[in-house]
Amino acid sequence: MNARNPPEPGWFVGVEPGDVEAVARGIRDGHATESSDWPGRALESGFAEDEEEYYELLHGATIRAARAEVARRESADDRQLAHAIRALDDCTRTSNEIAERVAEWAGTHDEDARVDMEYVREVAEGAGEDPVEQRLSALATRTAELDDEADELRRFVERSAPDVAPNLSALAGPVLAARLISLAGGLEALARMPSGTVQVLGAEDALFAHLRGNAPSPKHGVIFTHEAVRGTTREHRGSAARALAGKLTIAARVDHYSGDYRPELEAELADRIERIRARDGA
Amino acid sequence: MTLPEGVEHRSIGGETGLATRGDPVYGEPTDGEWRRWDPHRSKLGAMLTKDIDTGLAGDDTVLYLGAASGTTVSHVVDFAGPTYAVEFAARPMRDLLSVAESRDRLFPLLKDVRSPETYAHVVEPVDAIVQDVATRGQARVAVENRQFLHDDGQLVLAIKARSEDVTRDPEAVFQDAIETLEETYEILATERLEPYHDDHLAVVAQPE
Ligand SMILES: C[S@@+](CC[C@H](N)C(=O)[O-])C[C@H]1O[C@@H](n2cnc3c(N)ncnc32)[C@H](O)[C@@H]1O
Repeated sequence: MNARNPPEPGWFVGVEPGDVEAVARGIRDGHATESSDWPGRALESGFAEDEEEYYELLHGATIRAARAEVARRESADDRQLAHAIRALDDCTRTSNEIAERVAEWAGTHDEDARVDMEYVREVAEGAGEDPVEQRLSALATRTAELDDEADELRRFVERSAPDVAPNLSALAGPVLAARLISLAGGLEALARMPSGTVQVLGAEDALFAHLRGNAPSPKHGVIFTHEAVRGTTREHRGSAARALAGKLTIAARVDHYSGDYRPELEAELADRIERIRARDGA
Repeated sequence: MTLPEGVEHRSIGGETGLATRGDPVYGEPTDGEWRRWDPHRSKLGAMLTKDIDTGLAGDDTVLYLGAASGTTVSHVVDFAGPTYAVEFAARPMRDLLSVAESRDRLFPLLKDVRSPETYAHVVEPVDAIVQDVATRGQARVAVENRQFLHDDGQLVLAIKARSEDVTRDPEAVFQDAIETLEETYEILATERLEPYHDDHLAVVAQPE
């Protein structure tokens, strides 16, 4: 519109009109802070002969870009996501376990030894001549690498969960969404579960103890990590967990059966939780 | 008469209603080149049926926000000029792609309307923005996309109350939305879309 600053490149800048892949990439990855008379500028720069040709190229490019992106998202697969979240949990658990070993071992000659990743990274840095220190530092290095891999896996989960299950990820957050899919054994299995089962997913030990008759029935499983439950006072947590599980179940069904994004689910959940918490005041 | 050129009231299969000329898309009744535009399935269709003056003239350049599978957009390209259709969910986009394939002035964009910078390198300034996103912050979306509108262009917006807050009185929700819109727009008309769509407000506005 008003090109005050040096003009930003449109989607067609720096690509050959005949290179359909590059043109589609321009649509997908490009950006600009401001709209501009792109058809006019494309003609000026010689990208297209006339308006007719410009729109023809734009038509082909937008369709190609959107189709490629749709295919990429739809191939996002719930099994890969389930493996990734399990691998993430393995890396976290194992790195914590070895970090304890590192701290215990290092404690024999360093009184400041402590069980955390920062300390592990310090130990990894220092390698002396001493054969014990060498082993210790090598062990610390591998622990830190495992911890780095856990971070990478978390980023992967955060990126791919919204493609696999957009509504569930919006409601639960990508990591919890992945965890529920993993515990259920897939998105379809999750979508078929009654919400009472979703509510206690991840609390199987407590549930079996209850069924054997020596424990109260668990009110929530992994969904306990959700703010809607954790941020609710103890006496109302059961209701919050039930409400949350109900919405998560609906989200998983929408994701599995239709794939549309339904932003109103978030508003509905927020409203339910607010009401449950308001019972306190009454 | 406030219908854009290329949109007419016509009798098709014994029933009179809006129609445009183009290939059928969703199983709507046809008569020769004309096809029925069902106001129950389209907020813009409901606006035109209710004779709301949208300012759309026919042949306009359009930015359509929230295109879904293309039910309404397909009618828009029948009468408008180049039409940019933004939708960010993959599933409806697949249907929108087949609508776009046979319509060479329809440009589908798989983008998030809350991030205009991700399509500002593609979308030219337009005569009209038609918005139907049914997501939280609908007025904010219209404000953030103002940059695409010519100074004398028109915003044609449908606001769904339930998308903002399921429990509040729709009138209160609409009031808030109007206030937000007034940051950048002058409101020309508002009207509820009953009986075609419950708790939806149509807003026609122009950049201030
Ligand atoms: C009510 S439907 C639109 C129906 C369509 N206008 C018609 O009449 O054919 C709303 C659409 O907006 C889309 N949507 C919601 N939030 C969006 C966002 N932030 N960016 C892009 N599209 C969005 C949804 O995926 C959905 O397809």
